Amino acid sequence: MEAFDYVAPRTLDEVYGHLNNGKRTLFMAGGTDVIVQLREGRRECDLLIDLKRIEQLTSYAFDSEGTLVIGAAAPLARIYEDVDVRRRLPGLVDAASLIGGIQIQSRASLGGNLCNASPAADSSPALIALGATLVIASVSGRREIPVEEFFLGPGRNALEPGELLVEVRIPAQPPRSGTRYLRFIPRNEMDIAVASAGVRVQLAPDSDTLESVRIALGAVGPTVKVVDVTSLAGRTADSATIEEAGRLAAEVATPIDDMRGSIIQRRKLARVLTIRAMEGAIERAKEIR
Amino acid sequence: MVMADKPQYRVIGTRPLRPDAIDKVTGRAQYGADTRQSGMLRGYVLRSPHAHANIRSIDTSKALAYPGVKAVITAADFCLPGQTVADLPDLTTNILAGSKVYYHGQAVAAVAAISDEVAREAARLIDVDYEVLQPVLDVREAMLPGAPVLHEAMRTRTPEGPGAEPSNIVAHAVVVFGDPEAALADCDVVVEGDFSTRMVHQGYIEPQAATAMWNPDGQVTIWTAHQGSFPARQATATILNHPSSKIKVVLTEIGGGFGGKIAVYLEPVAAMLSKKTGHPVKLQMDRVDVFEGTGPTPGTSIRAKLGATKDGNFKVYMADMAYENGAYAGTAANYATMVATACYDIEHVRLDGYDVVVNKPRTQDYRAPSSPAAAFAMEQLVDQMAEKLNMDPEKLRLQNSSREGTRGSMGMPFARIGHEEIVQAALDSDHYNSPLEGPNRGRGTASGYWFNVGLRSSVNVTVQPDGTVALSVGSTDLSGTRTSLAMQLAETIGVDFEDVKAAVVDTDSVGYNDVTAGSRVTFGTGMATYEAGKNLIAAMKERLATTWNVPADDIQFEAGKFSSPDGSKSGTFKEIAQLVVGRGPGLTVSGSVNAGFLQGGGFAHHIVDVEVDPDTGKVQILRYTAIQDVGTAIHPAYVEGQLQGGAVQGIGWALNEEYFYDDNGRMLNSSFLDYRMPTTLDVPMIDTILVEVPNPLHPYGVRGVGEPPIVPPLAAIANAVAHATGVRQYQLPMSPRRILQTTGKIEE
Ligand SMILES: Cc1cc2nc3c(=O)[nH]c(=O)nc-3n(C[C@H](O)[C@H](O)[C@H](O)COP(=O)(O)OP(=O)(O)OC[C@H]3O[C@@H](n4cnc5c(N)ncnc54)[C@H](O)[C@@H]3O)c2cc1C
Repeated sequence: MEAFDYVAPRTLDEVYGHLNNGKRTLFMAGGTDVIVQLREGRRECDLLIDLKRIEQLTSYAFDSEGTLVIGAAAPLARIYEDVDVRRRLPGLVDAASLIGGIQIQSRASLGGNLCNASPAADSSPALIALGATLVIASVSGRREIPVEEFFLGPGRNALEPGELLVEVRIPAQPPRSGTRYLRFIPRNEMDIAVASAGVRVQLAPDSDTLESVRIALGAVGPTVKVVDVTSLAGRTADSATIEEAGRLAAEVATPIDDMRGSIIQRRKLARVLTIRAMEGAIERAKEIR
Repeated sequence: MVMADKPQYRVIGTRPLRPDAIDKVTGRAQYGADTRQSGMLRGYVLRSPHAHANIRSIDTSKALAYPGVKAVITAADFCLPGQTVADLPDLTTNILAGSKVYYHGQAVAAVAAISDEVAREAARLIDVDYEVLQPVLDVREAMLPGAPVLHEAMRTRTPEGPGAEPSNIVAHAVVVFGDPEAALADCDVVVEGDFSTRMVHQGYIEPQAATAMWNPDGQVTIWTAHQGSFPARQATATILNHPSSKIKVVLTEIGGGFGGKIAVYLEPVAAMLSKKTGHPVKLQMDRVDVFEGTGPTPGTSIRAKLGATKDGNFKVYMADMAYENGAYAGTAANYATMVATACYDIEHVRLDGYDVVVNKPRTQDYRAPSSPAAAFAMEQLVDQMAEKLNMDPEKLRLQNSSREGTRGSMGMPFARIGHEEIVQAALDSDHYNSPLEGPNRGRGTASGYWFNVGLRSSVNVTVQPDGTVALSVGSTDLSGTRTSLAMQLAETIGVDFEDVKAAVVDTDSVGYNDVTAGSRVTFGTGMATYEAGKNLIAAMKERLATTWNVPADDIQFEAGKFSSPDGSKSGTFKEIAQLVVGRGPGLTVSGSVNAGFLQGGGFAHHIVDVEVDPDTGKVQILRYTAIQDVGTAIHPAYVEGQLQGGAVQGIGWALNEEYFYDDNGRMLNSSFLDYRMPTTLDVPMIDTILVEVPNPLHPYGVRGVGEPPIVPPLAAIANAVAHATGVRQYQLPMSPRRILQTTGKIEE
């Protein structure tokens, strides 16, 4: 690791003042990805900007419409320990509480997990299932995009030079809906997803029919895979339909073969995890009422 | 469980607090990397990116010119006058490569500089010209004619003499008892299998670290976390061509070894860098270096057959066992022939052991080296035999068990051993008698053996003026041996444990000690400690003889008390010590033994319940019981810890651990993220049952306990998985992917 400069601004304006000057600049939220990468020589920088001192980026709150607005650098443990979050967004808690152990979760952020753009990151499939959006800011303004549009490839995201991620916005969830995120790892903790699935279902008022379904898969492609499940809307929420969702998921998966898993194994897992997550999501959708 | 004939002890069998506890839990204990010397430089070792390559040349000039660099060395610095790097022995080229590299991660050159960062940067400037060669990574492929040859000079050692052609087969060991071929034809039932296990690492928590200071007068001091200060001194002396008496090795605390810290890696390199620079030099590995550059345990391929009569008497065992030695010649398969059949009384045996070099790190010992893989084959065949005969596997094991007098696989009859007792303990255990209910669940059992060694040990005991004693030990304390030795001394001289202070001292301060391995310290150094205790009592009697004016031989020492022949004078050890040492000259005695090669053998037996997720292939360990004949448990909590640790390491080996290579022989998973050892969340509480069948070869009945517990888990878990899924597991690791493949859930 070569020496680099470090700044810890208190406002976004201060941040902007450090950008666009030709320096190789990296942001740091929790640092649980970026410090490791710098130390292993996988990344290099001249300037590291610590975002943890910026109040706006480390806080979170539900707004008047019920949207949960999370500062991009807020530590995961604070979010998933919040009783309101646990009650309203258990699907988010599934993902946030899986990332690393308690030491990691006390530093690591959703923003870091997203910006790092690992295809195996745990937050992204859950956030996509939840219909979350991202607010990106620069000195010239803000823009908002759905999470699924943020990833361009392994390690590559949609941020332009001079931009940073400021907010993750999770809208109030529709009535009679439930979300579940599951990943498969060979061990029980401290591991990286071989495959993962985030599923949200919304049931019709009769509670037997699916009104809508959202499925996103992790670690089975260069970016998170969103499964087209429009065909499932209106179908009975029974095991045949769930099996069908699993089949669709396996079809969409385009995984790689590596030491963590083979193509066929990951396809199989995409199916199994989608089925299990969907069963869990349906259960939650029924519970909440 | 305690055998009826166990003597009553005062200290042995209690559970005192360990004297090193506070330092270790508060972080004050000094490990290898904590060494700091004034004027100390930092070193860095450059490693090979290739698995197999000739080194055409190494240009260090740019690195040497880098600001802050004090020295750069290569294997050439270890050559004697007239020698070239091609002449250097394996011992040397494994610490810095000579004319060839044999594995990815092999050390090639080293830098000493004013800081770690400078040393690393400079190492990048070393220009190594490699001629890359085809690597061979699979043990059976390496044995084939036409495979890339690692060592042109290697000729296979066979019972008929050396082979004619260069070969990767180091040696072919053959063990035959009876007439196995003929007996096989007479068996009613024969089961067989083609088993394989993968290279795995000991996974000790502390990466290797060593610091050396070479004084201008030729006196060298080395601070290191090593499994044997004396063997480390000898190896370093040989590599440096320097008298070993001029090298002092100071042991730091050590964060695990399991056999992986028996070889030297950094010590001679640090010493040479210090010689060149005149400064102390510290070298330390990171986890990648540890995985790629130190010695894991071999992967294996074992083809085996077990034959029995229809009423379940084992008649024949035949096994063809090929063990990876890694880059250089080793003896793993030879060990396998010494242990493979030890648990059972089998008349006809044929074992073929092949030690084979492949382009992977030079392998080292790992708890009961070679035995877990051998048991993976044998104990699965025993389980299959039980299925075929429709018998309880435990009863089948009991029926065929080795006992006192049975011919061991080394040919000699066993002394008193406890394999029958532990299998019986399993049959009687709560675990074995609790039904296992639910789908996808299975129970497996397996036995295991390790011979345990004795070897040479020395200790010193010094009596303090207040009557307490200091015990100076030369054996690395890997597992709490300071305590278990102090307890034996306290027992021998009749004082309280708290009155013995044990410390590990350097090589100038105590007689010779062999390596801390082979489960030998509590046994062998324990015998030296017992000797020292006896010598101390004799020395005290000599002094008392003058004070009491009676012949020394007539003084009694019993139950911790000295008394004069007429009983008129007496005193406890402490009282007498205050008298004859507190007011007299100092008193130090030593105890030295050669405890022989073999110790009499340790046996373990494990029971495990698993649940297999049929859709993901993941195996969950539900319940685990480790049973072992531990001889006499000096400190039962430590003994239980050994059983639990061995079981957990075995669980990792069975389920997920493996060296994962690309086709070019580069290790891809050299981190604890992708080299998957179990975490606390992956294992249940490991229950233990200590069976005490005292070892007749030790004054207190001690048996080595550290190694047998890693032998049964691989097979026990494989048997459990077979019962849960209906599918035999011939290959390790039983990772989720492998389970999906073998159970037909995915086709690849
Ligand atoms: C032991 C361990 C276990 C882990 N386990 C998991 C796991 O189970 N699942 C998982 O998904 N991940 C895991 N991780 C990875 C990592 O912890 C997560 O990705 C975490 O969420 C990263 O957040 P951070 O705040 O620490 O990111 P940082 O390291 O601070 O940043 C990550 C990247 O995002 C950039 N960045 C950060 N914030 C912003 C911003 N606001 N705008 C623009 N760019 C930004 C940084 O420059 C960097 O490139 C683990 C890591 C470790 C060390």
